[in-house]
Amino acid sequence: MSVSSKEFCTSETAWCPGCGNFSILKCLKQSLEELGKDPHEVLLVAGIGQAAKTPQYLSANSFCGLHGRALPVAIAAKIANQNLTVIVNSGEGDSYGEGGNHFIHNIRRNVDITHFVHDNQIYALTKGQASPTSAEGHVTGVQTEGSMNTPLNPILMAIAAGAGFVARAFSGEPEQLVSIMKQAILYKGYSLVDILQPCISFNKINTFSYYQKRIYKLKSDYNPYDKVEAIKKALEFGNQIPMGVIYQAEKRTFHEKNSVLSSGVPLLDQHQDVSLIEKYIREFV
Amino acid sequence: MYNILIGGAAGQGVDTTCAILEKLLKQSGYHVFSTKDLMSRVRGGHNFTLIRFGAEEVASHSYILDGIVAFNQETVELHRSKLNSNGFILCDPSLSVEANNVVKIGMNDIAKKLGNPKVAGSISIGAILKLFGETLDHIRNVFAKVVKPEYLDINLKAVEIGYDSVEQQYPHKDGVYGDWMLLTGNQALSLGAITAGLKFYSAYPMSPSTSIMEYLAGKMTEAGIVVEQAEDEIAAINMAIGASFVGARAMTGTSGGGFCLMVEALGLSGMAEIPLVVADIQRPGPVTGLPTRTEQSDLNFVISASHGEFPRMVIALKNHADAFYQTIRAFNMAEKYQIPVIILSDQYLADSSATVEPFDINKIKRYCASEEQYDGEYLRYRFTTNGISPRLLPGTTKGFASADSDEHDERGWITESAEIRVQMMDKRLLKLKKLELELQEPEFIGNDSCETLFLGWGSTYGPIKEAVTILNRQSSKRFGALVFGDVYPLPVKYLTEKIKKAKRIINVEQNATGQFAQLIREKTGIVCTSSILKYDGRQISGEQIAEQVLKEAGK
Repeated sequence: MSVSSKEFCTSETAWCPGCGNFSILKCLKQSLEELGKDPHEVLLVAGIGQAAKTPQYLSANSFCGLHGRALPVAIAAKIANQNLTVIVNSGEGDSYGEGGNHFIHNIRRNVDITHFVHDNQIYALTKGQASPTSAEGHVTGVQTEGSMNTPLNPILMAIAAGAGFVARAFSGEPEQLVSIMKQAILYKGYSLVDILQPCISFNKINTFSYYQKRIYKLKSDYNPYDKVEAIKKALEFGNQIPMGVIYQAEKRTFHEKNSVLSSGVPLLDQHQDVSLIEKYIREFV
Repeated sequence: MYNILIGGAAGQGVDTTCAILEKLLKQSGYHVFSTKDLMSRVRGGHNFTLIRFGAEEVASHSYILDGIVAFNQETVELHRSKLNSNGFILCDPSLSVEANNVVKIGMNDIAKKLGNPKVAGSISIGAILKLFGETLDHIRNVFAKVVKPEYLDINLKAVEIGYDSVEQQYPHKDGVYGDWMLLTGNQALSLGAITAGLKFYSAYPMSPSTSIMEYLAGKMTEAGIVVEQAEDEIAAINMAIGASFVGARAMTGTSGGGFCLMVEALGLSGMAEIPLVVADIQRPGPVTGLPTRTEQSDLNFVISASHGEFPRMVIALKNHADAFYQTIRAFNMAEKYQIPVIILSDQYLADSSATVEPFDINKIKRYCASEEQYDGEYLRYRFTTNGISPRLLPGTTKGFASADSDEHDERGWITESAEIRVQMMDKRLLKLKKLELELQEPEFIGNDSCETLFLGWGSTYGPIKEAVTILNRQSSKRFGALVFGDVYPLPVKYLTEKIKKAKRIINVEQNATGQFAQLIREKTGIVCTSSILKYDGRQISGEQIAEQVLKEAGK
């Protein structure tokens, strides 16, 4: 496939007509183009699920791996070559359920990657079971008496775990979504954007109009650097759902902290001196 | 050849004492082999190390002792039955020992008087050097590398006191190994990885693999390697795959239990055709088994781990030199065929120290995938005649690379086409045909026209080699052995040649079911006539193999 250098082509998808993923894909393409990224500089990483098919539909380097395991792949790819813009697109089941352990610990690592979670509050690819963010009482074919589990609050979790960039967006508000995506990509460190997205096939509760009635944009005087305020905002999820960059902080990245990577030379391009190996051999003599 | 056992409770300094003593013996010219017997606890219990040394090469340990250095009463009670008739027991007068040759030094009191109870071990080092007719020439040099400068003089004083407290009992023998290396299997493996150009190592700590991560972490900054302790083994292997996809030589290491968690991602490496090296340092299973002990029971598991079908390679490490050279080969094979390569080692090899000829880095070749330039028209999974598609590293050219765990077309895009599925499966499996031409045949040991042929793999190499020597010396029958390093795919040329003359084929394995014999039967139809299997967590020795064979023959 030939493309002009700054253009990210999109191709035919396997998503249901009307799916929120279309808007997310379009906004991602627009964000990358507006940031002036070349497709070959970008690596899109995903796990498994409908959202995780995103890398397949955009011309760039892509890695579609295992369910829940996008983050370890993504951070190691960034460690190996820091010139790559590494973006994870995956659903909330993949990111917070199967991959929950990696979600917590990669916040602690703070590798400079961007994590877009397509959060439709349902398991769609497996046809409609509860997800980690499904509301309590949500009835499905499996949760026949309604989900009894407390839904995760990914925004609160990410702030609590120490993430330096935590935002919420809605697939139905493309203008704001593009703005948040660009900020997240530009942020130096791990950035999380939880993107609310209606599933038109399996989630009859959290519909487009459900979200539209509840979401509101953070005011322009909101200070995302105030952690206590951010936690208060993170706790708002119900009739009022705040949208925007909820928390932001400057934190040293993995690359800045790591003595091998801090020079700025990509790990891949660091060459090893043969005399070093001779020295290591002599250490055992 | 001499063989001594140094034992005590965990925390009493057995490890440090042995580490120093081994180096001193090697500096005096001896070939040294030492193996650790550890309990899974931090303090107390009973730990011991066997140090075997001689003017000739020593390939493995022995349970027949010339001396016991006992730091506690338990050591005496547990091991005195293995002592030679004139063997010595060296200990503190506080222990009650009745034996022919007891050497008592008031180590605890002297150490206290010197001002540090911990130097008791150094007193015993001095005594051992004297007992075996060694000099104190290297003590300052060796101790300076191990103890902090402020403790150097007190330790040297302790060695001298120990030296002067006893009389020489054994003659010094001249060896030529003073300039060789002394290192553990895991250190050799790690050094091999660095030499191979390792850039990224991720692992979750698990005995007995952790010392790989420790060694690499110590060299991290200088050698330009990122060593990352992962949150779990699943992350560890996926990280290694991510780094490798982008083009960094990457590896992960674990033991069987951790490998269990890595299994899904092993298949990802096979499906997405991403080079990967995984070191499985085996310990007894199932589950947590015997965490600090040895076994060879992961063979069946690693050759079939993960669902579906994909090419892989499994290399078992035979000894310390092998750990270095085969690790380098593992990286080359992984990169050449874009497959996962599993290195199988075990606690015995991982933790044992041996004298090894300094590694020759001129022998080493690094395989590099061709670096073609692609502008747009790049097919990550292009159909080729040998199944190996050209590899593009993301970000290095204008082309895109894609990796996919779903079945995919040549571009790397998801497909459900029946036709492409078959073509893509065939493409991946085609790689094995070429790989099979590069397999290394097992090493043959012993008498060329042997009637009895031992079959072994991995770290039983040393014990089998020793058993063959003992048997060919003690018996009128002729013995030989084939010890395999490449175990999957299985090279069969030597095997089919050698069994023609053999009347008996005996597989020697550190597991309960004879997994390797089963593999041989499956691949060749050859059936072993009997088995020597050990699965108590302790490595079989050469004399134990020989003894068992002679006992069977006597029936």
